[in-house]
Amino acid sequence: MIASTIPNNSLVGGYLVSAACFVVALKALSSPKRARWGNLIGVGGMVVAVGLTLADSHAGPGGIIPIGMVIGAVIGAPVSRRVRMTAMPQLVAVFNGVGGGAAAIVSTVDFLHSQPGRPGSVHILEMVFGLVIGSASISGSFIAFAKLQELLTGRPITFPGQHAVHAAVVTAVAAVGAWTIVDPHLPGFALLAVLAVGLGVGLCLPVGGADTPVLISMLNSLTGLAVAADGFALDNMILVVAGTLVGTSGALLTKMMSDAMGRSLSNIILGGLTTAGSTELLGTTAGARTVRSAGHEDIGPLLAFSRRVIIVPGYGLAVAQAQHTVVELARELEKRGVEVSYAIHPVAGRMPGHMNVLLAEANVPYESLDDLDEANAKFAGADVALVVGANDVVNPAARDDPGSPLFGMPILNADQATHIVFMKRSMRPGFSGVDNALLYDPKTVLLFGDAKESLSKLLIAIRNT
Amino acid sequence: MITTGLDILVVFVLAAFLGYEVISKVPSILHTPLMSGSNAIHGVILVGTMVIADEAHGILQILLSLFAVILATLNIVGGVVVTDRMLEMFKGRERPSTTSGSQTGK
Repeated sequence: MIASTIPNNSLVGGYLVSAACFVVALKALSSPKRARWGNLIGVGGMVVAVGLTLADSHAGPGGIIPIGMVIGAVIGAPVSRRVRMTAMPQLVAVFNGVGGGAAAIVSTVDFLHSQPGRPGSVHILEMVFGLVIGSASISGSFIAFAKLQELLTGRPITFPGQHAVHAAVVTAVAAVGAWTIVDPHLPGFALLAVLAVGLGVGLCLPVGGADTPVLISMLNSLTGLAVAADGFALDNMILVVAGTLVGTSGALLTKMMSDAMGRSLSNIILGGLTTAGSTELLGTTAGARTVRSAGHEDIGPLLAFSRRVIIVPGYGLAVAQAQHTVVELARELEKRGVEVSYAIHPVAGRMPGHMNVLLAEANVPYESLDDLDEANAKFAGADVALVVGANDVVNPAARDDPGSPLFGMPILNADQATHIVFMKRSMRPGFSGVDNALLYDPKTVLLFGDAKESLSKLLIAIRNT
Repeated sequence: MITTGLDILVVFVLAAFLGYEVISKVPSILHTPLMSGSNAIHGVILVGTMVIADEAHGILQILLSLFAVILATLNIVGGVVVTDRMLEMFKGRERPSTTSGSQTGK
């Protein structure tokens, strides 16, 4: 056993306090009223666990423990404080990845400690688990980051023979893992790390962009399990408890997130492989159909003389930083007696709840935000559905076309409004890479241009009406 | 810490059930903050990195351990700050709409 922790009642007691804090934190984070408090309780648990360990161990050779902590904090705090709300999902992916990386390194150094020599089979099994899950989590997280940051395409990335390559990598991980357990040696351990990185990449490439949040949640759960595996290897109770808590609660959260999108988990993980063909097909047929577009001077009066307008905001609105402009437009319409509400799809933006956060930032009153069911009850009675930077969440194909890769995802029925005004930068498909049937609806009018600029022009057009 | 292999297995099984039971019926707007918050909690791997760093000898182990401590600290600090920023937005929403109206005027 490598752990140098002295048998010491205060350490065990402290870890118990810390574990209790983490349980309470998770509980509070799932209720809107206590969520922020819950996050602070989690910090408290962390301070107790880390503080006691620091007091128990030394600073490490050359003081690397405090030095590393200071470097981590100096990099982490400003980055996470300054990043825009629109880029939060990517950041969660990155912070999940670094945790997985830390878990993989802990396994590696633990293994190096045991060399030369022969650690017990159970101990090496625990290290292998920590290494494989941690490495797969870090590479997977960075693929998810690249997709969200649009460094990689949001479409599922597939290639011929992908299934065979997957199967080969999984088999190789199992074989090299078994070999390493039977005959522990450094080259096998290193090869295992490389294969696990490949496994993470292979797992995440075929997942479509719109499904990335579910993917990140799954990777988060996996990182928790890697931490728990390290806890077994180091015989450290708090790592086992906290890692396992995150592992199983994360698995449940992953399921809830995929349910909210009306998708099954296996469909998300394997979906890219099976639907890639039909996606391409939809893309090529797009050019043949016609769309109707108009200018702001036509659409301004349409809005001004409506009774009910429902705004459907999407990620494009946030990217253009147009939250404030859309609110101004809504106020102008309300002054003219138009009833305005916002229809918020649960996965509008890049993650569940992301759009609520972005609109709250622009001080949109809570009462005018309608969730999926509330909004869908209103569309049939609305004169205009104003779609600003949203795309996949209003695609009727998700409801009507069993062949569509989006089929089954609950959508906002914007197509039931009398008129649909679709504000778009270009004819480029949405994040999922799937063409939107609503664009070709005869009731739909397109307004091309940057969301913020178009909204400002619309505002002037309304004021001049 | 005084544990045997079996003790820690018992703890693992109980923690697994607890993790599954502790979150139930989470409203979808809290999915992302909850994910981010539990992301911060697995940053407790910092404890593991401190244990191995303390034992590290030889330049390879020392550099790897230092890197691991940095990554784990990033995980905690980043996870906590990001979660707090997300939840800060919700706090604003719970205020009466009159205050949000006056804020927009500035």
